Amino acid sequence: MFIAKSLDRFGQYCTLMWQSLSIPEKWREFFKRYLDEMYKLGIDSIPLILIVSLFIGSLCTILIKLNINNPLLPRYAVGLTTREIILLEFSSSILCLILSGKIGSNIASEIGTMRVTEQIDALDIMGINSASFLLLPKMAGLITIMPFMVIICMATSLFGGYLICVITGIVSVDTYLYGIQTMFIEWYVWFALIKSLCFAYLISSIAGFYGYTVQGGSVEVGKASTDAVVMSNIMILVVDVILTKLLLQ
Amino acid sequence: MIEVKNLKKSFDEDGHRREVLHGITATFYDGKTNLIIGQSGSGKTVLVKNIVGLFKPDEGQVLYDGRDITTMTTAQLKQLRNEIGMLFQGSALFDSETVMGNVIFPLKMFSTLSEEEQLERAQFCIDRVNLTGSEAKYPSELSGGMQKRAAIARAIALNPKYLFCDEPNSGLDPKTSIVIDELLSDITHEYGITTIINTHDMNSVMGIGENIVFVNRGHLGWVGTKDEIYDVDNDELNNFVYATDLFRDVRLYRREHRSPRGK
Repeated sequence: MFIAKSLDRFGQYCTLMWQSLSIPEKWREFFKRYLDEMYKLGIDSIPLILIVSLFIGSLCTILIKLNINNPLLPRYAVGLTTREIILLEFSSSILCLILSGKIGSNIASEIGTMRVTEQIDALDIMGINSASFLLLPKMAGLITIMPFMVIICMATSLFGGYLICVITGIVSVDTYLYGIQTMFIEWYVWFALIKSLCFAYLISSIAGFYGYTVQGGSVEVGKASTDAVVMSNIMILVVDVILTKLLLQ
Repeated sequence: MIEVKNLKKSFDEDGHRREVLHGITATFYDGKTNLIIGQSGSGKTVLVKNIVGLFKPDEGQVLYDGRDITTMTTAQLKQLRNEIGMLFQGSALFDSETVMGNVIFPLKMFSTLSEEEQLERAQFCIDRVNLTGSEAKYPSELSGGMQKRAAIARAIALNPKYLFCDEPNSGLDPKTSIVIDELLSDITHEYGITTIINTHDMNSVMGIGENIVFVNRGHLGWVGTKDEIYDVDNDELNNFVYATDLFRDVRLYRREHRSPRGK
């Protein structure tokens, strides 16, 4: 029963994606909405990214310093390990897990409310492909803006580590700066950016799906919003494992 | 003219099929306010959603001037959609747009008018529904009646041939309901639109019902005009019509004035 229901939902998801990935009816209207969505989903999230990244970068530096006591390890290992954690996991996967809470619930509740207040029916009646009209700008907007958010996250996190070194002196600033530059592998940045593109698609499409298919009233919209975040998080973790295996090994 | 022929629709409910429409046949005429009436849960909204193509019927035909919506290709359906306007029960205005934004939206999406002409047309529609001065307001800043009028303005922006209204008076006070009814009736006659209004408001029925289709538990219960509805020998319809004291009194008055004793 559970498997049949899951397969049914997956089929509905694929159908909705097929409908939404069609050519926009009016390019001008699409670009207007695309820019709006980039602003709403991306630019509006930057304060959250700055705060979270700054503190996580600082925490990483402190915790690594506290846990690396082996005298054989060079002192710059603190900076190096902080950088690797940030590039490989935090700036893409953990950031997207955090953003799925904000962006995913935003998309699911917005589209879900449109569904229960018949605004989507109104679009359909007018002859507009509502799936494409509503979901495509959100998906395209988030996929476009996500790599920039990841880069901001990387820079802010490393700056957080730098700041904690300046304030507390747990590692000298020069050593930290040397650490974050030494043995730098450029591919790790690309790896994070590729992952972020996939996660942006997952967050926007899953949240859009849960919102678009909601039935009932405000309680169901709230539930759909929560389900969208939970499912996005699960899928982000699953895809993270697959991409790490594929791209790093 | 819209013709509905032997329309059947059922839904899945806990693994069972529940038939909501049991083969309805009806005709809705051009330039007339056609009313679909019936109790809550009788299948009125399902019937309207089947007619406009939001639901696909299990069986039967829906003919828009001879064109069957149930067998149309996507392109044909899209073409037909441009001829349809719809007023939803909750207005369904786009929250993120102003009144002007809502009214101009279908023009932006489908018309070939220049930007200036679009603005002109949208302003005309807003003026027509007496919302002049509210162009920059958002739906949340409007009263229920104003929201309905804004939704009517949006529905008529593309000069539709067919106008559907799902319970246009729900949640409105009697006076505002009359304003909305009169507006719908005037627009229907002015532009010769085939208007289908789904309602259970007897005041609307008596005010603007030129062609009334009574739906009872998914069956066609009765068809007629507002002048015929008082004297019909149909228990189900009478139970619906005379559910309020006001209309019972009207019936009594009419009978008394028709009988020899009354004269």
